[in-house]
Amino acid sequence: MSIAMDPDRTGATRRELLLAGAAGIGAMLIRIAPAAASPATMQRAIRQVVGEAPIRKGKVTLDVPALVENGNSVALTIEVDSPMTAKDHVKAIHVFNEKNPLPDVISAHFGPRAGRAKMTTRFRLADTQTITAIAEMSDGTFWSASADVIVTLQACLENLD
Amino acid sequence: MRHVWRRWLLDGPLSRAITAQIFIALVALLTLSAADIPPDQRRSGYADLGTETKAMEDDDTANPGMLWVLDGEALWNAKTGSANKSCADCHGDAAQSMRGVAARYPAFDAKENRPVDLEERINLERRDRLKAPPLPFESRDLLALSAYIANQSRGLAVAPPDDPRLKPFIAQGRALFEARQGQIDMSCAQCHDDNWGKKLAGNIVPQGQPTGYPVYRLEWQSLGSLQRRLRNCIIGMRAEPYAYGSPEYVALETFLMQRAAGLKIETPGVRP
Amino acid sequence: MARALIKVPPKAKRGEVIEIKTLISHIMETGFRRDNVGKPIPRNIITQFTCTYNGEEVFRADLHPAIAANPFISFFTVATESGTIAFEWTGDNGFQETGSAKISVE
Repeated sequence: MSIAMDPDRTGATRRELLLAGAAGIGAMLIRIAPAAASPATMQRAIRQVVGEAPIRKGKVTLDVPALVENGNSVALTIEVDSPMTAKDHVKAIHVFNEKNPLPDVISAHFGPRAGRAKMTTRFRLADTQTITAIAEMSDGTFWSASADVIVTLQACLENLD
Repeated sequence: MRHVWRRWLLDGPLSRAITAQIFIALVALLTLSAADIPPDQRRSGYADLGTETKAMEDDDTANPGMLWVLDGEALWNAKTGSANKSCADCHGDAAQSMRGVAARYPAFDAKENRPVDLEERINLERRDRLKAPPLPFESRDLLALSAYIANQSRGLAVAPPDDPRLKPFIAQGRALFEARQGQIDMSCAQCHDDNWGKKLAGNIVPQGQPTGYPVYRLEWQSLGSLQRRLRNCIIGMRAEPYAYGSPEYVALETFLMQRAAGLKIETPGVRP
Repeated sequence: MARALIKVPPKAKRGEVIEIKTLISHIMETGFRRDNVGKPIPRNIITQFTCTYNGEEVFRADLHPAIAANPFISFFTVATESGTIAFEWTGDNGFQETGSAKISVE
């Protein structure tokens, strides 16, 4: 028994809009590539950069929208609290994800000439997941921050595959 | 027979669920209106964007659509066709001559005896004045030129021409906008007139105002035309999209620009 | 064809920290998509972006397929002296693009 079969119905119900959305989501899920990284893959990728050194929480601010309109392009700003002097500066910022096909996103290299350890870019997210940024300091220490991002999908797509 | 239905409806096992559904449908029916969005409630899809996407549209260095606008500027000044002329040879500085044009398109073409959209106008000019072949729909060159020309109207209000010859095409566009279609059996109006501002699959339903076209759509990771976007809508409703260049798209756009009167052109817009 | 958009302040005070914005036209094909007959589309991305200030490197980024199409990168540098701030993007299939901007530092 389905209300959609009722010939007297002429108005759009919430149910229909939800179905339309669900159909859009269904089509989108089929489109996503099967291979994916995992939290374990992300940890391995992080260890490749960091080695055995401990990773401390702090100093790093990860600015990414909590809810994203389209996973194809997500704004990302990372800033690290550092005086950026010759003796004390950020050497690099590495960004990782846990559910894209590959765990790496970007590695940015800085020096005292940067003035500010801050950068902005746009990246892709295949699914709702956690992003992690690791800052590599000139004194050899590593600092990190993470953020959760919800990725929503488009209702009106180009392809059904 | 009818009393059997009534018995079943009122006393049957699913009676409460069914009557609730009918009630919801009736409420939806009563609140459903084919009325246009009042002018003071009209708003561009820009208003529904997240902060970061708005910032992307606002910054000409961050807006990828500007790459096409720059390409369009180069094409505007490049000689082409067997006439070996450029757009600039007749139209001069686009910032002057093209200012306001996109805001009043589609416009009626007397020779073709129907409205034409900006892309078709570009190709007609190429054919008639430059003696150059038409640029294919969604080609980088056609998108670049239409982006460049429409960008000259950025900040200006949509000003559909007060041309009685457009009336039947506006009516046709409206009929297409309000007709149910596809396997989902829905019309554009049901989402974009009646449910704009509400959420669908996590995104806010926009009013469908074509103020930023050609638009950089994050879904495409590229600039694209209004026709491409309308095709996405039609496919979204699981209906067969019209071919590029079909008069249905021009009729729809003529109606949509009327519906958007007063909103500011944003080309190149950025949308999800 | 317009390949890149660059924003560098034309003037700055010595020691001032300035923001540089860059945008480059590139499809950033991940290598994980398939075409409409199921054949994998090969990876085609920008892999490195470098910024030099009068010849000395002041910023470098290694990009992976997760970077969105038409990569946008903004960062900071200290305005040390007048001269040229230059940019280079390199990537798969021998991709190479350059750009530059002049800065006047007093």
